[in-house]
Amino acid sequence: MNQEDTNVIDQPEVVKPRMVTIEIAGKKVDVPEGITVIKAMWYAGIDVVRGVGCLGGFCGACATYYRTKDDPKVKTCLACQTAVQDGMSFTMMPPFPARKATYEIQKLQDPKQDLFNLYPEAPLCRNCNACTEACPQKIDVREGVWKAVFGDFKSVSEMFMDCVMCGMCTPVCIADIAPNLVALYVSRAQGAHFSEQPEGLDARIKEIQDGRFNDEWNKILKMNDKELAEHCATVK
Amino acid sequence: MDIHALQQIVHKTRDARRKQTILKFSPADRDQLIHKYHPDFRASAYRPIKFGPNEGDKTVVELATLLEGDSSIQDHADLSAHYTCDVLVIGGGGAGCAAALHAHGAGAKVILATKLRLGDSNSVMAQGGMQISVAPEDSPVTHFLDTLKGGHMENDHALLKVMVEDGPSIAKWLLELGVLFDRQADGNLHVKKGGGSSKPRLLTCSDYTGLEIMRVLKDEVINQKIQLLEFAAAVELLSDDEGNCTGAIFKDLDNQRHVVVAAKSVILATGGIGRLHIQGFPTSNHYGATGDGLCLAYRMGAKLAHIDTFQYHPSGAVYPEQLIGALVTEGIRSEGGQLVNAKGERFVNELDTRDVVSSSIIRECEEGRGIRTMSGRVGVWLDTPLLDAEHGPGTVEKHFPAMMLQFERFGIDISKDPVLIYPTLHYQNGGVKIDTNAETNVKNLFVAGEASGGLHGRNRLMGNSLLDLMVFGKRSGLTAADRVKVMKQGTLTLNHLQRFRAEAKKHGNASGVISPMILPAYTRKVG
Repeated sequence: MNQEDTNVIDQPEVVKPRMVTIEIAGKKVDVPEGITVIKAMWYAGIDVVRGVGCLGGFCGACATYYRTKDDPKVKTCLACQTAVQDGMSFTMMPPFPARKATYEIQKLQDPKQDLFNLYPEAPLCRNCNACTEACPQKIDVREGVWKAVFGDFKSVSEMFMDCVMCGMCTPVCIADIAPNLVALYVSRAQGAHFSEQPEGLDARIKEIQDGRFNDEWNKILKMNDKELAEHCATVK
Repeated sequence: MDIHALQQIVHKTRDARRKQTILKFSPADRDQLIHKYHPDFRASAYRPIKFGPNEGDKTVVELATLLEGDSSIQDHADLSAHYTCDVLVIGGGGAGCAAALHAHGAGAKVILATKLRLGDSNSVMAQGGMQISVAPEDSPVTHFLDTLKGGHMENDHALLKVMVEDGPSIAKWLLELGVLFDRQADGNLHVKKGGGSSKPRLLTCSDYTGLEIMRVLKDEVINQKIQLLEFAAAVELLSDDEGNCTGAIFKDLDNQRHVVVAAKSVILATGGIGRLHIQGFPTSNHYGATGDGLCLAYRMGAKLAHIDTFQYHPSGAVYPEQLIGALVTEGIRSEGGQLVNAKGERFVNELDTRDVVSSSIIRECEEGRGIRTMSGRVGVWLDTPLLDAEHGPGTVEKHFPAMMLQFERFGIDISKDPVLIYPTLHYQNGGVKIDTNAETNVKNLFVAGEASGGLHGRNRLMGNSLLDLMVFGKRSGLTAADRVKVMKQGTLTLNHLQRFRAEAKKHGNASGVISPMILPAYTRKVG
């Protein structure tokens, strides 16, 4: 065996894929084990238009309900980020008609109070925890809703930084709260109303307006290609 | 061999490597490396475009074929408008949202059409951050010079100057909308150092910068009640008798019907080409990144720039199979993550520009110092546990939660074990040539974001894309909105298409495909 041959990662699943039987929206199909849920749909000959977005786990387009063999628990996942296994059964979540409040974020006078006007259902959480269990990003959604209601906008904005807006927390809510939309409002309010003004940024904007860099620009933009290349080389 | 056995060499050599400094390449060595190993220099992957505004220019075969492709619209199609607006924005990513919001804010009636959902884009995946010179020791001029150096001195100076100068006011706009950029203790914006940059300049929202910006912009588009056409794929532009752009035809992907939109001006914000899988590369791009805007603009007579150069992001995942092509953010290297070959050696300064780092990874692999997978891929290690060793346990988890979660789903803890990576097709450096207001040589046709070309030269610097989207989205939106106040809606014709078809005929109807592609053909043909 030469040196190169030892540098190969064992992937028996790749060399000889084991076929598994899964159910896509109730229909049994055989697909290679370990491919993603989205790829399993393509493998089964299904064209997917709605239900695919970034394919990187960030856009939330591919929210999916699934169940594994003999387990009654229906779980949630992002279809581009989840591997299929034998006996798995899944269906994609259709677009859910959650109500999104509209607002002019900069014009809010009292964002913490306005929450109750925009989302009057937010304080009606009955603590069932279904939203937290439904979150494929492992956010403690229920805790977030309570923190929003109690005005701890900063914590909510930090907790929901991972939120991909898949909306899977919404259909499970028995109080008709759309926790992801509540958190989005709260996070934006936190940024627009409760965060410090960065002084350095304002100073830089003023410097540009006042033409502080004009001399340097004039010097650079007059250079020929060679001079400019030499000048660039001096920037370390 | 078992993957853990192969990873041992990374653990064993970590302490020795920590003390080691690797210098960046000299300009001459860097050019030599790139010419030998970068995919942009693989001559067999390229061919000249046979006709049109860029006749004779070389680009990759995959793109040339689509540019020469025919339209799905017949010459005498019914062009009665279903919708009329001042500004039609095509594309729902960062550039499209920025354009729509600014045009709307300036009083124009805007329609935003996108072939998937609002926000489904590459922008939402941007992890590394957004370059804006806000630090006292930094300046727009330094930002300009760094970018120029990274772009091999071929960047359009005028575009680049407005981008770096508009940057700080863009940061201000996003903050006012509620974007939560990371802060320093004193409340100022925290800046990180990115590959190819001489100063820390990356504004970040942990490793969710693009997601955070897009959540906010999408929400704002909806709050402003901008009219949306989702699952509407642009298949042809419309022109008047003078060749100016006057609207577009869409295919509704839900019912396959055509929808005609008349507009006083059109902003293409259609993004890149990763899903063309140029030269067989996997890609980090979203599902719809099929270069539609390039084909549409080209048929209208818009000139393209730098379309022979693409960015291969150094660190695309190679293992596990499910994540092939997915990005491992450059932020890991910014914080000291080292690249290590099968012998446990470093081979490049990890913070060199993306083209240099990618070329050197390809060199290691072609010269037999890579680690192979049984699906026929090859890669090198990215030493992620080094971050915890260097900055304390929990660093990887705290700074890269998205990355941790993505690998954790497949049973891999990247804070304990290194990740196998290889370059992945990431970005189209060039695109439709634009001026500083993002307008093309076709009047009333604007292009913003990745679909445009000239700004980044031959290699885009990390973090400059998010800024590009915002700056030229804004400029296109404001310019278009300003102009519509004093103009009438032009006639809707397909004259440009007839001209294009006549030219194609002279060249034997060159490629025989229909473009744009709209979506990649991943569905397996069964039976």
